[in-house]
Amino acid sequence: MFHVPCSMIRFKNVTKIYAPDAAILQDVSFEIKEGEFVSIIGKSGAGKTTLTRLILGLEEPTRGDVYFKDKNIRTADLSEIQKIRRSIGCIYQDYKLLPGKTVYENVAYIMEVEGRGYGEIKKEVPKVLELIGLKDKMDNFPNELSGGEQQRLAVARALVNHPKLIIADEPTGNLDPYNTYEVIYLLEKINKTGATVILLTHNREIINKLGKRVITLVGGKIIRDEAEGRFII
Amino acid sequence: MFTNFRRILTFAINDFSRNKGISIAAIFVLTITIMLVTGLFFFQGTASYLTSQLQDKIDITAYFKDGTQEQDILNAKDSILKMSPDIKDIEYISKDQALASFNKKHKDNAVLVKALQEVGDNPFLPSLNITTNGDLLQYASVSNILQTSDFSKLIDKVDFSQKKDTIEKVYSITSNINTFGLLLGFVLIIVAMLVVFNTIKLTIENSKEEISTMRIVGASDWFIRGPFVIQGIIYGVIAFLVCILLSVAFSYFLSSKIEIILPGFNAFGYFLTNFWIFVLIQLVFGIGVGAISALIVVKKYLEV
Repeated sequence: MFHVPCSMIRFKNVTKIYAPDAAILQDVSFEIKEGEFVSIIGKSGAGKTTLTRLILGLEEPTRGDVYFKDKNIRTADLSEIQKIRRSIGCIYQDYKLLPGKTVYENVAYIMEVEGRGYGEIKKEVPKVLELIGLKDKMDNFPNELSGGEQQRLAVARALVNHPKLIIADEPTGNLDPYNTYEVIYLLEKINKTGATVILLTHNREIINKLGKRVITLVGGKIIRDEAEGRFII
Repeated sequence: MFTNFRRILTFAINDFSRNKGISIAAIFVLTITIMLVTGLFFFQGTASYLTSQLQDKIDITAYFKDGTQEQDILNAKDSILKMSPDIKDIEYISKDQALASFNKKHKDNAVLVKALQEVGDNPFLPSLNITTNGDLLQYASVSNILQTSDFSKLIDKVDFSQKKDTIEKVYSITSNINTFGLLLGFVLIIVAMLVVFNTIKLTIENSKEEISTMRIVGASDWFIRGPFVIQGIIYGVIAFLVCILLSVAFSYFLSSKIEIILPGFNAFGYFLTNFWIFVLIQLVFGIGVGAISALIVVKKYLEV
């Protein structure tokens, strides 16, 4: 028996217009299945970040529908949206760490939000921090870490709940080549464990090296969606 | 549920201790605000003391005709008491007592003493001195009874109508003091609340990005809001403790100085008598303003 991958994310004729008439996304439709590694590429202002915000329910589409595992986000109530957000691991270019919390607390927060027990958190967080090489810095605050360390912490935070979907929005934008490949390698590794990865980037080299599905956005429209895509804009 | 509450409490305590500068600033502003409200309550206390002092000095005197028997006057006194239960005090002053009191009061005034000697006889009339509970209408009602009842034929004159203007002035002044106090209190409380609200807003402003990150990772509204509200409550409780200590110190050390301005008013005694009211005002105001401000500001950022 073959396992038929279910739909993880589906955009159905989604248009997003910011008042008065700035259309960021125009009639966008695509589907990402469970376990896929998809890169969404496009220049600044192409609508990549808006896509992420729509998936997380931080914005509502002007027209069309966004589905997370067949759940229409437009019709979901706040607690359902919060549940969806908890099942997605996000990595951002500007890390979006909690500056008032230590390295340990930043990772633990995600588990606390999920309602995990104290014992489990105490066991799991040091394990994840060891995996990304930040165990000896668990009492430091984010501003005491280097850029690469902060991004690794953001990755650890995204992974700690073992989410089924990882969204990485320009995760390598602030990193040197060494740390860039470390993060991409980590994302590939996570994908191999079965998690779906959506990588939003405009890094040509990474995309061409990955050889995975690429969705190309230009001016809020999908102009190309290829199984083994390359960076061509 | 309990685990979540414990977590929210831990977040609040950690944030409070890690942002000492901001916490101290918020507590300082809240302390000043609570002291202002406490001061207003004190002002109301002194104003009502002053009012009661002035009202105690207001009385009605019914002068009886010369030659009226003492027993008739005492009978009239009993009747008046029966007819008007609002009377606080009624005192019979005989002709001799009135003369003695006049002599004592004016013993150093040679002109008056000589004038009295020239009159020869005791010119004073026996009287009943009446004090009510302080309401102007009660004075009018007592005055009315004196002039219309059976014993009115024994009365020579009632001096209420002569004192009426003074009484009305006293009432107008005390009523103005109370209105002014209320208005001032209202304005100051609004200003103070705005200052506290803005201070707490500034402290939360620092966490704007943090709140947005918490939303992204799926924290529930109360998981985000809770620590800020609890921090607001912690500010309120600490400000209350500072204020209650300051109130004890101020009322104790300033009591003698206030007594010079307001003889008979013991500020420390007033504070002790109303201790639980002060505690309630300071606690409710401190915690209420701290928590509500935090609630409003976080709600605003949760909607962004």
